[in-house]
Amino acid sequence: MAGFISTNKLSATFGDVRAIQDITLEIPANKITALIGPSGCGKSTFLRCLNRMHELVPGAKSTGEVLWDGKNIYGPDMDAAEVRRGIGMVFQKPNPFPLMTIADNVSAGLRLTGMRKSKSELEEVVERSLKMAALWEEVKNKLHKPGGSLSGGQQQRLCIARALAVEPDIILMDEPCSALDPASTQKIEDTMEQLTKNYTIVIVTHNMQQAARVSEFTGFMLSKETGEPGQLVEYGSTNKIFTMPDRKETENYITGRFG
Amino acid sequence: MKNDLNRRRRNARSRFAYLLCVFSAVLALIPLVMIISYVIFQGASALNLDFLTQLPKPVGETGGGMGNAIVGSLILVGIASVIGLPVGILAGAYLAEFRSPRLSWLVRLLADILSGVPSIIVGVFVYALLVLTMKRFSALAGGVALGIMMLPTVARTTEEMLRMVPDSLREASLALGIPRWRTIISIVIKTAGGGILTGIMLAIARISGETAPLLFTALNSRTWPVGLDQPVASLPVQIYTYAISPYADWHQQAWAGSLVLVLMVLVLSVGSKLYFGKKMKMAR
Repeated sequence: MAGFISTNKLSATFGDVRAIQDITLEIPANKITALIGPSGCGKSTFLRCLNRMHELVPGAKSTGEVLWDGKNIYGPDMDAAEVRRGIGMVFQKPNPFPLMTIADNVSAGLRLTGMRKSKSELEEVVERSLKMAALWEEVKNKLHKPGGSLSGGQQQRLCIARALAVEPDIILMDEPCSALDPASTQKIEDTMEQLTKNYTIVIVTHNMQQAARVSEFTGFMLSKETGEPGQLVEYGSTNKIFTMPDRKETENYITGRFG
Repeated sequence: MKNDLNRRRRNARSRFAYLLCVFSAVLALIPLVMIISYVIFQGASALNLDFLTQLPKPVGETGGGMGNAIVGSLILVGIASVIGLPVGILAGAYLAEFRSPRLSWLVRLLADILSGVPSIIVGVFVYALLVLTMKRFSALAGGVALGIMMLPTVARTTEEMLRMVPDSLREASLALGIPRWRTIISIVIKTAGGGILTGIMLAIARISGETAPLLFTALNSRTWPVGLDQPVASLPVQIYTYAISPYADWHQQAWAGSLVLVLMVLVLSVGSKLYFGKKMKMAR
Protein backbone atom coordinates (compact mmCIF):
# COMPACT_ATOMS: atom_id res chain seq x y z
CA MET A 1 0.00 0.00 0.00
CA ALA A 2 1.44 3.33 -1.06
CA GLY A 3 0.96 6.58 0.78
CA PHE A 4 -1.84 9.07 0.48
CA ILE A 5 -1.71 12.83 0.66
CA SER A 6 -4.25 15.39 1.69
CA THR A 7 -4.00 19.13 1.87
CA ASN A 8 -5.79 21.47 4.18
CA LYS A 9 -6.20 25.12 3.19
CA LEU A 10 -2.89 25.10 1.37
CA SER A 11 -1.79 28.52 0.09
CA ALA A 12 1.49 29.51 -1.49
CA THR A 13 3.17 32.78 -2.36
CA PHE A 14 6.21 34.05 -4.23
CA GLY A 15 7.13 37.19 -2.32
CA ASP A 16 4.00 39.32 -2.56
CA VAL A 17 2.43 37.31 -5.36
CA ARG A 18 -0.15 34.77 -4.26
CA ALA A 19 0.10 31.67 -6.44
CA ILE A 20 -2.51 29.36 -4.91
CA GLN A 21 -5.08 29.84 -2.20
CA ASP A 22 -6.89 27.58 0.24
CA ILE A 23 -6.63 24.32 -1.60
CA THR A 24 -8.10 21.40 0.25
CA LEU A 25 -8.21 17.98 -1.33
CA GLU A 26 -7.50 14.32 -0.72
CA ILE A 27 -5.34 12.28 -3.03
CA PRO A 28 -6.03 8.57 -2.71
CA ALA A 29 -3.33 5.92 -2.51
CA ASN A 30 -2.37 3.68 -5.45
CA LYS A 31 -4.24 5.85 -7.93
CA ILE A 32 -3.27 8.39 -10.52
CA THR A 33 -4.63 11.82 -9.77
CA ALA A 34 -4.39 14.50 -12.45
CA LEU A 35 -4.38 18.26 -12.00
CA ILE A 36 -5.51 20.25 -14.99
CA GLY A 37 -6.07 23.93 -15.66
CA PRO A 38 -4.87 26.77 -17.84
CA SER A 39 -1.31 28.12 -17.65
CA GLY A 40 -0.62 30.20 -14.58
CA CYS A 41 -3.35 28.63 -12.46
CA GLY A 42 -0.78 27.42 -9.94
CA LYS A 43 -0.99 23.70 -10.53
CA SER A 44 2.79 23.28 -10.67
CA THR A 45 3.15 25.40 -7.54
CA PHE A 46 0.59 23.22 -5.80
CA LEU A 47 2.50 20.11 -6.83
CA ARG A 48 5.78 21.57 -5.61
CA CYS A 49 4.22 22.28 -2.23
CA LEU A 50 3.50 18.57 -1.84
CA ASN A 51 7.18 17.67 -1.42
CA ARG A 52 8.56 20.95 -0.16
CA MET A 53 10.21 21.94 -3.44
CA HIS A 54 8.28 25.20 -3.48
CA GLU A 55 10.24 26.62 -0.56
CA LEU A 56 13.51 26.35 -2.51
CA VAL A 57 12.60 29.36 -4.63
CA PRO A 58 13.93 32.47 -2.87
CA GLY A 59 11.05 34.35 -1.24
CA ALA A 60 8.58 31.49 -1.69
CA LYS A 61 6.37 30.52 1.26
CA SER A 62 3.40 28.34 1.94
CA THR A 63 0.76 28.10 4.65
CA GLY A 64 -1.74 25.42 5.50
CA GLU A 65 -1.14 21.73 5.88
CA VAL A 66 0.04 18.91 3.68
CA LEU A 67 -0.64 15.61 5.33
CA TRP A 68 1.32 12.58 4.17
CA ASP A 69 -0.26 9.49 5.69
CA GLY A 70 -1.79 11.89 8.19
CA LYS A 71 1.46 13.65 9.21
CA ASN A 72 2.02 17.30 8.33
CA ILE A 73 5.14 17.48 6.16
CA TYR A 74 5.64 21.08 7.27
CA GLY A 75 5.60 20.02 10.93
CA PRO A 76 8.50 21.02 13.17
CA ASP A 77 10.03 17.54 13.36
CA MET A 78 9.91 16.96 9.61
CA ASP A 79 13.07 17.19 7.55
CA ALA A 80 12.63 18.51 4.00
CA ALA A 81 15.15 16.06 2.54
CA GLU A 82 13.36 13.16 4.18
CA VAL A 83 10.00 14.34 2.86
CA ARG A 84 11.44 14.49 -0.65
CA ARG A 85 12.88 11.02 -0.31
CA GLY A 86 9.38 9.72 0.38
CA ILE A 87 7.63 11.92 -2.16
CA GLY A 88 9.63 11.87 -5.37
CA MET A 89 9.33 14.14 -8.35
CA VAL A 90 9.69 13.99 -12.12
CA PHE A 91 10.09 17.30 -13.91
CA GLN A 92 8.85 18.78 -17.13
CA LYS A 93 12.22 18.73 -18.85
CA PRO A 94 14.22 15.53 -18.49
CA ASN A 95 17.15 16.40 -16.22
CA PRO A 96 19.55 13.47 -15.91
CA PHE A 97 22.89 14.26 -14.25
CA PRO A 98 25.09 14.96 -17.27
CA LEU A 99 28.39 13.64 -15.91
CA MET A 100 26.97 10.37 -14.61
CA THR A 101 26.46 7.11 -16.43
CA ILE A 102 22.96 5.67 -16.85
CA ALA A 103 23.52 3.31 -13.93
CA ASP A 104 24.97 6.05 -11.71
CA ASN A 105 22.04 8.32 -12.51
CA VAL A 106 19.64 5.68 -11.25
CA SER A 107 21.59 4.95 -8.09
CA ALA A 108 22.46 8.60 -7.36
CA GLY A 109 19.67 9.04 -4.82
CA LEU A 110 20.80 6.00 -2.86
CA ARG A 111 24.50 6.76 -3.05
CA LEU A 112 24.21 10.43 -2.12
CA THR A 113 21.72 10.13 0.72
CA GLY A 114 24.24 8.23 2.75
CA MET A 115 22.53 4.85 2.43
CA ARG A 116 25.28 2.29 2.56
CA LYS A 117 24.67 -0.32 -0.07
CA SER A 118 26.99 -2.91 -1.53
CA LYS A 119 27.81 -2.87 -5.21
CA SER A 120 25.59 -5.84 -5.95
CA GLU A 121 22.69 -4.31 -4.04
CA LEU A 122 23.05 -1.12 -6.08
CA GLU A 123 23.15 -3.11 -9.32
CA GLU A 124 19.98 -4.84 -8.26
CA VAL A 125 18.24 -1.53 -7.53
CA VAL A 126 19.38 -0.11 -10.88
CA GLU A 127 18.00 -3.09 -12.78
CA ARG A 128 14.72 -3.16 -10.88
CA SER A 129 14.17 0.60 -11.22
CA LEU A 130 14.95 0.62 -14.93
CA LYS A 131 12.59 -2.30 -15.44
CA MET A 132 9.79 -0.49 -13.62
CA ALA A 133 10.41 2.57 -15.78
CA ALA A 134 10.27 0.34 -18.88
CA LEU A 135 13.76 1.36 -19.93
CA TRP A 136 15.77 -1.74 -19.03
CA GLU A 137 15.55 -3.50 -22.40
CA GLU A 138 16.77 -0.40 -24.21
CA VAL A 139 19.76 0.37 -21.99
CA LYS A 140 20.85 -2.90 -20.36
CA ASN A 141 23.85 -3.13 -22.69
CA LYS A 142 25.00 0.44 -22.20
CA LEU A 143 24.59 1.11 -18.50
CA HIS A 144 27.98 2.77 -18.45
CA LYS A 145 27.21 5.26 -21.19
CA PRO A 146 26.37 8.79 -20.06
CA GLY A 147 22.70 9.52 -19.37
CA GLY A 148 22.77 12.42 -21.80
CA SER A 149 23.34 10.05 -24.72
CA LEU A 150 19.74 8.84 -24.54
CA SER A 151 16.82 10.29 -26.48
CA GLY A 152 14.48 12.75 -24.76
CA GLY A 153 11.85 10.10 -24.04
CA GLN A 154 14.46 7.69 -22.72
CA GLN A 155 15.97 10.44 -20.56
CA GLN A 156 12.58 11.08 -19.01
CA ARG A 157 12.13 7.39 -18.24
CA LEU A 158 15.65 7.45 -16.79
CA CYS A 159 14.50 10.26 -14.51
CA ILE A 160 11.49 8.17 -13.51
CA ALA A 161 13.79 5.24 -12.74
CA ARG A 162 16.01 7.56 -10.73
CA ALA A 163 13.01 8.73 -8.71
CA LEU A 164 11.85 5.13 -8.16
CA ALA A 165 15.25 3.94 -6.97
CA VAL A 166 14.96 5.68 -3.60
CA GLU A 167 11.67 3.82 -3.08
CA PRO A 168 9.32 6.71 -2.47
CA ASP A 169 5.67 6.36 -1.50
CA ILE A 170 4.35 8.94 -3.84
CA ILE A 171 5.54 10.26 -7.20
CA LEU A 172 4.75 13.77 -8.36
CA MET A 173 4.97 14.41 -12.08
CA ASP A 174 5.08 17.95 -13.39
CA GLU A 175 4.02 17.79 -17.05
CA PRO A 176 6.34 14.83 -17.62
CA CYS A 177 5.45 14.43 -21.30
CA SER A 178 5.22 17.99 -22.52
CA ALA A 179 8.71 17.87 -24.04
CA LEU A 180 8.22 14.44 -25.62
CA ASP A 181 6.89 13.00 -28.87
CA PRO A 182 3.67 10.91 -28.91
CA ALA A 183 5.46 7.55 -28.95
CA SER A 184 7.52 8.41 -25.86
CA THR A 185 4.41 9.85 -24.21
CA GLN A 186 2.62 6.55 -24.80
CA LYS A 187 5.47 4.64 -23.15
CA ILE A 188 5.46 6.86 -20.10
CA GLU A 189 1.71 6.61 -19.74
CA ASP A 190 1.94 2.80 -19.89
CA THR A 191 4.67 2.95 -17.25
CA MET A 192 2.46 5.05 -14.99
CA GLU A 193 -0.34 2.48 -15.20
CA GLN A 194 2.09 -0.19 -14.06
CA LEU A 195 3.41 1.93 -11.22
CA THR A 196 0.06 2.35 -9.47
CA LYS A 197 0.52 -1.16 -8.08
CA ASN A 198 3.11 0.24 -5.70
CA TYR A 199 2.86 3.99 -5.90
CA THR A 200 0.52 6.90 -5.63
CA ILE A 201 0.94 9.28 -8.57
CA VAL A 202 -0.01 12.91 -8.91
CA ILE A 203 0.42 14.36 -12.40
CA VAL A 204 0.11 17.93 -13.53
CA THR A 205 -0.72 18.13 -17.21
CA HIS A 206 -1.64 20.63 -19.86
CA ASN A 207 -2.96 17.87 -21.96
CA MET A 208 -6.58 17.07 -21.15
CA GLN A 209 -6.60 13.90 -23.22
CA GLN A 210 -3.69 12.69 -21.15
CA ALA A 211 -5.55 13.40 -17.92
CA ALA A 212 -8.58 11.58 -19.27
CA ARG A 213 -6.48 8.63 -20.43
CA VAL A 214 -4.37 7.95 -17.37
CA SER A 215 -6.02 9.32 -14.26
CA GLU A 216 -8.74 8.06 -12.03
CA PHE A 217 -9.28 11.36 -10.24
CA THR A 218 -8.97 14.86 -11.62
CA GLY A 219 -8.75 18.28 -10.05
CA PHE A 220 -9.47 21.39 -12.08
CA MET A 221 -7.65 24.56 -11.01
CA LEU A 222 -8.26 28.10 -12.16
CA SER A 223 -7.26 31.61 -11.24
CA LYS A 224 -10.20 33.96 -11.70
CA GLU A 225 -8.07 36.69 -13.19
CA THR A 226 -4.44 37.11 -14.11
CA GLY A 227 -2.56 37.88 -10.91
CA GLU A 228 -5.20 36.27 -8.72
CA PRO A 229 -4.17 33.08 -6.90
CA GLY A 230 -5.26 29.77 -8.38
CA GLN A 231 -7.97 27.84 -6.63
CA LEU A 232 -9.36 24.36 -6.85
CA VAL A 233 -12.62 24.67 -8.77
CA GLU A 234 -13.67 21.08 -8.84
CA TYR A 235 -12.30 17.71 -7.84
CA GLY A 236 -13.73 14.26 -8.43
CA SER A 237 -13.49 11.11 -10.46
CA THR A 238 -12.00 11.74 -13.87
CA ASN A 239 -15.06 10.22 -15.48
CA LYS A 240 -17.36 12.69 -13.79
CA ILE A 241 -15.15 15.74 -14.39
CA PHE A 242 -14.95 14.97 -18.09
CA THR A 243 -18.56 13.94 -18.66
CA MET A 244 -20.76 15.89 -16.26
CA PRO A 245 -18.84 18.46 -14.26
CA ASP A 246 -20.74 20.35 -11.60
CA ARG A 247 -19.23 23.71 -12.39
CA LYS A 248 -19.66 25.82 -15.48
CA GLU A 249 -15.96 26.83 -15.56
CA THR A 250 -14.88 23.21 -15.62
CA GLU A 251 -17.21 22.45 -18.49
CA ASN A 252 -15.96 25.46 -20.43
CA TYR A 253 -12.36 24.40 -19.97
CA ILE A 254 -12.98 20.74 -20.76
CA THR A 255 -14.87 21.57 -23.92
CA GLY A 256 -12.09 23.86 -25.02
CA ARG A 257 -13.94 27.15 -24.75
CA PHE A 258 -10.91 28.72 -23.05
CA GLY A 259 -7.52 27.86 -21.64
CA MET B 1 22.65 52.05 -58.20
CA LYS B 2 22.71 53.78 -54.87
CA ASN B 3 21.84 50.53 -53.10
CA ASP B 4 24.69 48.84 -54.82
CA LEU B 5 27.10 51.46 -53.60
CA ASN B 6 25.79 51.14 -50.06
CA ARG B 7 26.20 47.46 -50.12
CA ARG B 8 29.74 47.69 -51.36
CA ARG B 9 30.53 50.18 -48.63
CA ARG B 10 29.01 47.91 -46.00
CA ASN B 11 30.98 44.95 -47.27
CA ALA B 12 34.18 46.92 -47.21
CA ARG B 13 33.52 48.02 -43.66
CA SER B 14 32.76 44.48 -42.59
CA ARG B 15 35.94 43.20 -44.19
CA PHE B 16 37.96 45.93 -42.50
CA ALA B 17 36.53 45.05 -39.08
CA TYR B 18 37.27 41.39 -39.70
CA LEU B 19 40.88 42.08 -40.66
CA LEU B 20 41.28 44.27 -37.61
CA CYS B 21 40.15 41.38 -35.40
CA VAL B 22 42.55 38.95 -37.07
CA PHE B 23 45.39 41.42 -36.79
CA SER B 24 44.72 42.02 -33.09
CA ALA B 25 44.48 38.31 -32.38
CA VAL B 26 47.87 37.75 -34.01
CA LEU B 27 49.29 40.77 -32.23
CA ALA B 28 48.16 39.37 -28.88
CA LEU B 29 49.90 36.08 -29.58
CA ILE B 30 53.20 37.60 -30.60
CA PRO B 31 54.49 38.36 -27.06
CA LEU B 32 53.62 34.84 -25.90
CA VAL B 33 55.40 33.20 -28.83
CA MET B 34 58.37 35.53 -28.42
CA ILE B 35 58.68 34.94 -24.68
CA ILE B 36 58.50 31.19 -24.99
CA SER B 37 60.89 30.97 -27.93
CA TYR B 38 63.34 33.38 -26.32
CA VAL B 39 63.30 31.44 -23.04
CA ILE B 40 63.84 28.19 -24.91
CA PHE B 41 66.62 29.74 -26.99
CA GLN B 42 68.42 31.10 -23.94
CA GLY B 43 67.68 28.37 -21.45
CA ALA B 44 67.89 25.13 -23.39
CA SER B 45 71.70 25.11 -23.55
CA ALA B 46 72.09 25.15 -19.75
CA LEU B 47 69.32 22.64 -19.18
CA ASN B 48 70.44 19.11 -18.41
CA LEU B 49 69.84 16.36 -15.92
CA ASP B 50 72.28 17.88 -13.41
CA PHE B 51 70.39 21.13 -13.51
CA LEU B 52 67.18 19.35 -12.51
CA THR B 53 68.71 17.15 -9.82
CA GLN B 54 71.73 18.94 -8.32
CA LEU B 55 72.11 21.59 -5.65
CA PRO B 56 73.53 24.96 -6.65
CA LYS B 57 77.33 25.15 -6.64
CA PRO B 58 79.21 27.95 -4.84
CA VAL B 59 80.36 30.94 -6.88
CA GLY B 60 83.27 30.09 -9.12
CA GLU B 61 82.51 26.38 -9.45
CA THR B 62 80.85 25.28 -12.66
CA GLY B 63 77.87 22.95 -12.91
CA GLY B 64 75.28 22.43 -10.23
CA GLY B 65 71.58 23.01 -10.62
CA MET B 66 68.33 24.15 -9.16
CA GLY B 67 66.98 20.81 -7.97
CA ASN B 68 66.23 22.23 -4.53
CA ALA B 69 64.41 25.21 -6.03
CA ILE B 70 62.24 22.96 -8.21
CA VAL B 71 61.32 20.80 -5.22
CA GLY B 72 60.84 23.95 -3.14
CA SER B 73 58.49 25.47 -5.70
CA LEU B 74 56.45 22.28 -5.75
CA ILE B 75 56.26 22.33 -1.93
CA LEU B 76 55.21 25.99 -1.88
CA VAL B 77 52.55 25.51 -4.55
CA GLY B 78 51.42 22.40 -2.69
CA ILE B 79 50.97 24.26 0.60
CA ALA B 80 49.26 27.12 -1.23
CA SER B 81 46.87 24.68 -2.90
CA VAL B 82 46.05 22.90 0.34
CA ILE B 83 45.06 26.27 1.82
CA GLY B 84 43.78 28.15 -1.21
CA LEU B 85 41.77 25.51 -3.07
CA PRO B 86 39.33 24.30 -0.40
CA VAL B 87 38.77 27.77 1.00
CA GLY B 88 38.48 29.33 -2.46
CA ILE B 89 36.15 26.67 -3.84
CA LEU B 90 33.89 26.70 -0.78
CA ALA B 91 33.82 30.50 -0.74
CA GLY B 92 32.84 30.43 -4.42
CA ALA B 93 30.19 27.85 -3.61
CA TYR B 94 28.86 30.13 -0.90
CA LEU B 95 28.64 33.05 -3.33
CA ALA B 96 26.87 31.01 -5.98
CA GLU B 97 24.66 28.75 -3.88
CA PHE B 98 23.64 30.67 -0.77
CA ARG B 99 22.45 33.93 -2.12
CA SER B 100 22.32 35.99 1.03
CA PRO B 101 22.46 39.41 -0.60
CA ARG B 102 24.43 41.47 1.88
CA LEU B 103 27.20 39.08 2.90
CA SER B 104 27.66 37.89 -0.69
CA TRP B 105 28.09 41.45 -1.83
CA LEU B 106 30.74 42.03 0.83
CA VAL B 107 32.62 38.79 0.13
CA ARG B 108 32.59 39.50 -3.61
CA LEU B 109 33.88 43.02 -3.07
CA LEU B 110 36.65 41.79 -0.75
CA ALA B 111 37.65 39.08 -3.22
CA ASP B 112 37.90 41.65 -5.99
CA ILE B 113 39.98 43.96 -3.81
CA LEU B 114 42.20 41.07 -2.73
CA SER B 115 42.87 40.14 -6.32
CA GLY B 116 44.03 43.70 -6.92
CA VAL B 117 46.37 43.85 -3.92
CA PRO B 118 49.99 43.95 -5.12
CA SER B 119 51.71 40.66 -4.37
CA ILE B 120 54.49 42.32 -2.39
CA ILE B 121 51.89 43.62 0.09
CA VAL B 122 50.65 40.08 0.60
CA GLY B 123 54.27 39.12 1.32
CA VAL B 124 54.68 41.89 3.87
CA PHE B 125 51.41 40.90 5.50
CA VAL B 126 52.43 37.27 5.89
CA TYR B 127 55.85 38.42 7.09
CA ALA B 128 54.13 40.24 9.94
CA LEU B 129 51.67 37.43 10.53
CA LEU B 130 53.93 34.36 10.46
CA VAL B 131 57.60 35.23 10.06
CA LEU B 132 57.71 37.68 12.96
CA THR B 133 55.66 35.45 15.25
CA MET B 134 57.53 32.23 14.36
CA LYS B 135 60.79 34.18 14.41
CA ARG B 136 62.00 32.56 11.18
CA PHE B 137 61.42 32.48 7.46
CA SER B 138 59.67 29.28 6.44
CA ALA B 139 58.15 27.28 3.60
CA LEU B 140 54.90 27.49 5.52
CA ALA B 141 54.89 31.29 5.42
CA GLY B 142 55.67 31.23 1.69
CA GLY B 143 52.88 28.74 1.05
CA VAL B 144 50.41 30.82 3.05
CA ALA B 145 51.33 33.95 1.07
CA LEU B 146 50.82 32.11 -2.23
CA GLY B 147 47.60 30.55 -0.91
CA ILE B 148 46.22 34.01 -0.18
CA MET B 149 47.14 35.06 -3.70
CA MET B 150 45.15 32.12 -5.09
CA LEU B 151 41.99 32.76 -3.12
CA PRO B 152 40.24 35.44 -5.17
CA THR B 153 40.84 33.77 -8.54
CA VAL B 154 39.66 30.40 -7.33
CA ALA B 155 36.64 31.82 -5.50
CA ARG B 156 35.44 33.99 -8.36
CA THR B 157 35.90 31.40 -11.13
CA THR B 158 34.19 28.79 -8.96
CA GLU B 159 31.29 31.17 -8.46
CA GLU B 160 30.99 31.92 -12.19
CA MET B 161 31.14 28.25 -13.11
CA LEU B 162 28.60 27.16 -10.49
CA ARG B 163 26.18 29.80 -11.74
CA MET B 164 26.32 28.19 -15.15
CA VAL B 165 25.02 24.88 -13.77
CA PRO B 166 21.29 24.84 -14.56
CA ASP B 167 18.88 24.94 -11.61
CA SER B 168 17.12 21.90 -13.01
CA LEU B 169 20.06 19.75 -11.83
CA ARG B 170 19.91 21.17 -8.31
CA GLU B 171 16.18 20.46 -8.25
CA ALA B 172 16.69 16.95 -9.61
CA SER B 173 19.11 16.23 -6.80
CA LEU B 174 17.12 17.85 -4.00
CA ALA B 175 13.94 16.08 -5.16
CA LEU B 176 15.70 12.76 -4.58
CA GLY B 177 16.07 13.69 -0.93
CA ILE B 178 19.77 14.44 -1.29
CA PRO B 179 20.69 17.08 1.31
CA ARG B 180 21.66 20.54 0.16
CA TRP B 181 25.36 20.32 1.09
CA ARG B 182 25.67 16.99 -0.68
CA THR B 183 23.88 18.39 -3.74
CA ILE B 184 26.35 21.25 -3.91
CA ILE B 185 29.43 19.07 -3.55
CA SER B 186 28.47 15.95 -5.48
CA ILE B 187 26.25 17.40 -8.18
CA VAL B 188 26.82 21.11 -8.70
CA ILE B 189 30.58 21.37 -8.12
CA LYS B 190 31.18 18.12 -9.98
CA THR B 191 29.16 19.26 -12.97
CA ALA B 192 31.07 22.54 -13.09
CA GLY B 193 34.34 20.68 -12.54
CA GLY B 194 35.97 21.42 -15.89
CA GLY B 195 35.49 25.15 -15.60
CA ILE B 196 36.59 25.23 -11.98
CA LEU B 197 39.68 23.28 -12.93
CA THR B 198 40.58 25.88 -15.54
CA GLY B 199 40.33 28.54 -12.84
CA ILE B 200 42.51 26.47 -10.51
CA MET B 201 45.12 26.02 -13.22
CA LEU B 202 45.17 29.74 -13.91
CA ALA B 203 45.61 30.44 -10.22
CA ILE B 204 48.39 27.88 -9.86
CA ALA B 205 50.12 29.14 -13.00
CA ARG B 206 49.98 32.64 -11.64
CA ILE B 207 51.37 31.88 -8.18
CA SER B 208 54.09 29.57 -9.52
CA GLY B 209 55.81 32.60 -10.94
CA GLU B 210 55.29 34.93 -7.98
CA THR B 211 58.56 36.21 -6.55
CA ALA B 212 57.70 39.19 -4.40
CA PRO B 213 55.56 37.44 -1.76
CA LEU B 214 58.30 34.84 -1.27
CA LEU B 215 61.13 37.30 -0.65
CA PHE B 216 60.14 37.90 2.97
CA THR B 217 58.43 34.62 3.66
CA ALA B 218 60.10 31.52 2.24
CA LEU B 219 63.31 33.48 1.62
CA ASN B 220 65.78 31.19 -0.14
CA SER B 221 68.05 28.30 0.66
CA ARG B 222 71.06 26.61 -0.85
CA THR B 223 70.20 23.19 0.53
CA TRP B 224 67.45 20.69 -0.04
CA PRO B 225 64.22 21.50 1.84
CA VAL B 226 64.53 20.22 5.42
CA GLY B 227 61.20 21.15 6.96
CA LEU B 228 58.11 23.24 6.50
CA ASP B 229 59.27 25.57 9.28
CA GLN B 230 62.56 26.26 7.52
CA PRO B 231 63.40 28.62 4.64
CA VAL B 232 63.09 26.98 1.27
CA ALA B 233 64.38 27.75 -2.21
CA SER B 234 61.96 28.38 -5.04
CA LEU B 235 62.39 28.78 -8.79
CA PRO B 236 61.27 32.42 -9.04
CA VAL B 237 63.48 33.60 -6.17
CA GLN B 238 66.39 31.54 -7.45
CA ILE B 239 65.95 32.98 -10.94
CA TYR B 240 65.81 36.45 -9.44
CA THR B 241 68.94 35.91 -7.36
CA TYR B 242 70.89 34.46 -10.26
CA ALA B 243 69.69 37.01 -12.79
CA ILE B 244 70.86 40.00 -10.75
CA SER B 245 74.22 38.40 -9.97
CA PRO B 246 77.34 39.51 -11.87
CA TYR B 247 78.29 35.98 -13.03
CA ALA B 248 77.71 34.85 -16.60
CA ASP B 249 77.14 31.17 -15.74
CA TRP B 250 74.54 32.17 -13.16
CA HIS B 251 72.74 34.15 -15.87
CA GLN B 252 72.73 31.01 -17.97
CA GLN B 253 71.23 29.08 -15.08
CA ALA B 254 68.62 31.76 -14.51
CA TRP B 255 67.48 31.24 -18.11
CA ALA B 256 67.37 27.50 -17.65
CA GLY B 257 65.35 28.01 -14.47
CA SER B 258 62.93 30.22 -16.38
CA LEU B 259 62.52 27.53 -18.97
CA VAL B 260 61.78 24.92 -16.31
CA LEU B 261 59.22 27.22 -14.71
CA VAL B 262 57.46 27.90 -18.01
CA LEU B 263 57.46 24.19 -18.86
CA MET B 264 56.06 23.24 -15.45
CA VAL B 265 53.14 25.62 -15.85
CA LEU B 266 52.60 24.55 -19.46
CA VAL B 267 52.63 20.83 -18.70
CA LEU B 268 50.28 21.34 -15.76
CA SER B 269 47.68 23.36 -17.64
CA VAL B 270 47.81 21.54 -20.99
CA GLY B 271 47.97 18.15 -19.30
CA SER B 272 44.99 18.77 -17.05
CA LYS B 273 43.01 20.25 -19.96
CA LEU B 274 43.66 17.16 -22.04
CA TYR B 275 42.92 14.72 -19.25
CA PHE B 276 39.78 16.37 -17.92
CA GLY B 277 38.68 17.56 -21.36
CA LYS B 278 38.54 13.95 -22.47
CA LYS B 279 36.56 13.00 -19.39
CA MET B 280 34.07 15.80 -20.01
CA LYS B 281 33.61 14.82 -23.63
CA MET B 282 33.02 11.24 -22.64
CA ALA B 283 30.29 12.32 -20.31
CA ARG B 284 28.59 14.48 -22.89
